[in-house]
Amino acid sequence: MKRISVTVNGVRHEADVEPRTLLVHFIREQLELTGTNVGCDTSSCGACTILMNGQSAKSCTVLAVQADGAEVTTVEGLASNGDWHPVQKAFHEQHGLQCGFCTPGMMMAAVGYLDENPSPTEDEVRLALEGNLCRCTGYHNIVKAVLAAADDMGS
Amino acid sequence: MATAEKYVGGGVPRKEDPKLITGQGQFLEGLTLPGMLHAALLRSPHGSARITSVDVSAAAAAEGVVAAYSGADLADEWAAGLPMAWPVTDDIRIPDHWPVAQDVARYVGDAVAVVVATSRNAALDAAELVEVDYDVLDAVVDVEAAVADGAPRVHESFDDNKSYTWALTNGEVDEAFAKADVVVKERYTQPRLIPNAMEPRAVVAQPVPSTGDFTVWSTTQIPHVAKVLFALTLGIPESQIRVIAPSDVGGGFGSKLNVYAEEALCIALARRLGKPVKWVAGRSEGYLATIHGRDQVQEIEIAATSDGDILGYRVHILAAMGAYLQLVAPGVPLLGAFLYCGCYGGEAYHFECTGVFTNTTPTDAYRGAGRPEATYAIERAIDSLAREVGVDPAEIRRRNFLPAGDMVQSPGGLAFDSADYEPALDRALELLDYDGFRSDQAERREGGGSRQIGVGFSSYVEICGLAPSQVLASLKYAAGGWDAATVRMLPTGKAEVVTGSSPHGQGHVTSWSQIAADALGIPYEDVTVLHGDTHVAPHGMNTYGSRSLAVAGVAVHNACDRVVDKARGLAAHLLEVAPEDLEYEAGTFSVKGVPDRTKSMPELAFAAWTAHSLPEDSEPGLEASCVYDPPNFTFPFGTHVAVVEVDTETGAVDLVRYIAVDDCGPVINPVIVDGQVHGGVAQGIAAALYEEATYAEDGTLETSSMVNYLVPSAAEFPSFETDRTVTPSTSNPMGVKGIGEAGTIGSAPAVINAIVDALSHLGVTDVPMPASPERVWRAIQSAQGGEA
Ligand code: FES
Ligand code: FES
Repeated sequence: MKRISVTVNGVRHEADVEPRTLLVHFIREQLELTGTNVGCDTSSCGACTILMNGQSAKSCTVLAVQADGAEVTTVEGLASNGDWHPVQKAFHEQHGLQCGFCTPGMMMAAVGYLDENPSPTEDEVRLALEGNLCRCTGYHNIVKAVLAAADDMGS
Repeated sequence: MATAEKYVGGGVPRKEDPKLITGQGQFLEGLTLPGMLHAALLRSPHGSARITSVDVSAAAAAEGVVAAYSGADLADEWAAGLPMAWPVTDDIRIPDHWPVAQDVARYVGDAVAVVVATSRNAALDAAELVEVDYDVLDAVVDVEAAVADGAPRVHESFDDNKSYTWALTNGEVDEAFAKADVVVKERYTQPRLIPNAMEPRAVVAQPVPSTGDFTVWSTTQIPHVAKVLFALTLGIPESQIRVIAPSDVGGGFGSKLNVYAEEALCIALARRLGKPVKWVAGRSEGYLATIHGRDQVQEIEIAATSDGDILGYRVHILAAMGAYLQLVAPGVPLLGAFLYCGCYGGEAYHFECTGVFTNTTPTDAYRGAGRPEATYAIERAIDSLAREVGVDPAEIRRRNFLPAGDMVQSPGGLAFDSADYEPALDRALELLDYDGFRSDQAERREGGGSRQIGVGFSSYVEICGLAPSQVLASLKYAAGGWDAATVRMLPTGKAEVVTGSSPHGQGHVTSWSQIAADALGIPYEDVTVLHGDTHVAPHGMNTYGSRSLAVAGVAVHNACDRVVDKARGLAAHLLEVAPEDLEYEAGTFSVKGVPDRTKSMPELAFAAWTAHSLPEDSEPGLEASCVYDPPNFTFPFGTHVAVVEVDTETGAVDLVRYIAVDDCGPVINPVIVDGQVHGGVAQGIAAALYEEATYAEDGTLETSSMVNYLVPSAAEFPSFETDRTVTPSTSNPMGVKGIGEAGTIGSAPAVINAIVDALSHLGVTDVPMPASPERVWRAIQSAQGGEA
């Protein structure tokens, strides 16, 4: 067991974790934040995407001990004071989700990307989301939602 | 009934979204119960092997482990093997299928032992400690090899690997072929596909040992069907099983339309151990243990005149069943059996399909189930015919379309409702600018560069709304085709809709709310939709085969009608007039000619609840149910168009445009319908260009994880262009048809036809799916007479 201290959605947590514990399992099981999903075992799907120190990361590829001292944002921390983030709003308005399983990871990837590139083209959005798989939407409305969010955040 | 359409037809944002976008989705992996144990399975690494011994003692002694069992240890848990509900012929061979193999493991992934521990990690670690001795046997993984003489047998008790042969003949087939000027004969393979719902499967079974009751949570599309089948498999009275499909299930596409070993196993373990037991699939484990789709070899012949008028069809299919028969697997080819003539005419039709065992993960219904395969064959073959007789591919379709009309007889034997195929083709051609495209293409060809463009068409018709029950009976399907709804007004004027459908991404909560809000004249926000829990929604046939709106949705609509009827009686009583003297509009009854004498639905709901003054013969409460069994299938159709650019030097294919014009009848929520088309189209394109599950000869699944099975990302698709024509079905009072599978059914042949079109000047006539750069390059080389 190793003691770590991680700030998740603005709340500081001190916890003992096994060295092999993945960050996603720490988030889901120890912090009981179950919004971040696990869709694969090969770092392929992106369902587990979170922000770590402001950058999107697949939380199944990070050990909990590697997050020691980090600031983590999960989907639960995306809205502020009950107001949805523009990316959340856009996913709702553009029908960017069906079953919603990929959605938390997809939105976190989008938030991380729009921070780097606030006014992307459609092709850029498609490339940026390459690490996040969705089986329901054919990505059409996800891409639309990210572009709409970029517009909204720019205006 | 006068219904003001305030919500129906509008793109109302979904009620499902708020919890899903804030991380409050209730997916099953998040469920934890007090005292819950975790199961992990040890699976056979061999395609075919006799199990000579299983030693679980080291696993049982490991830290955290509560119990470990072999298949033999659990043999007395099963009242019956895992169920198969579609015995398509009288002489079909149905093998025993135990949740844990008892003597022979028949595919890589067949369970041979199970470990139960206090944590998932402890169970997974201990499963590695189970010692199994195998006698490895020869495996057969290829459907054609499996029917060859001397092939290794998947089931020793059967003489060969054929499960069944099912045939259908209409008209004088030999005559049609004898008089034909032209016969085209094509052979296609349908690659094996892995459905890849993004949420892996999971199950939790909770026992109440003192009463013998069980609650089972499962990531299933079919909670009601599963309840019946759990009862039969486990010998538990059905009345003591409650099945809950969580309010959020992360996609299915058919892969959760089943009764799986792990579901039965968790219930059995919960019964033995008296504790809740949970199992969650890892993605790679799911690749072995969740059904695959397709895996067919098809031969199709079309007889035609020299003008390209089709006279007859002959179709032979070999369909891989995998190692066992899963829930509806034998019937999957039958869902396509009537559609190898597409939306075209002709006088004669022969179809024959053999279901074949192979040492592979069982197949079953994957989005479209039988219909994508049929549509692929006819839409590819009609292009061959077009080339053969020198007719434009759009024109040959138009020439052979069945006439517009209702209940139009198809050579396949079914009568199609709402047939009107030309307008969808016309609209697609218009969106494409067909003439413009052909002149661009001619220019490119003249230029002679390496980047050539092509267009592909697919005009499909499909079968939806799986029902009516009587027709399903004639196909030997063991379940009914009805669905159920209860609509109840609550005392405060809100409404509850209880549905037998079981959504897992389709947005039924939103669409059913739209239907009920309009019918009852109350705000959309005031409707709650309850689903998925057999204690809450006692009746249902659930969600698959694009049936939900056309069956369960119509049941909601009809139940609302009945609520309004009952409300009319109460309103008449309270207003002291005859029921006929009332007008109903948007939730308000008013006395004809006296428009200020009214009773609103909320007022009547309250009056029905207090029951202070009711009409004679009337009971308190304002609620009605409907179990709807449609008189016919519905037949959505459309034309899809793909435009590709192919690099003739590398074989790389770039999908440049994708146009889908679909006709699913009137639309409840156009935004949701477009979304269904997008997702469906993407899965068909994925099959055409990227996805294929492959096995090594010894039965090892080579595409064993998401790393080597290519699920495409956003970067692989263009935006899609969608449009609709609207021809209402006559099979139900709403005229609706179904849209969940149309995209998958229409898309794959459009893409491959486009690739062939781009390369036709080089002599290419076929590229197999998935059309990887290597395959495209080889097709070019072999057409050019080079090495391939
Ligand atoms: S769970 Fe799939 S990438 Fe992390
Ligand atoms: S919405 Fe279902 S996987 Fe993306």
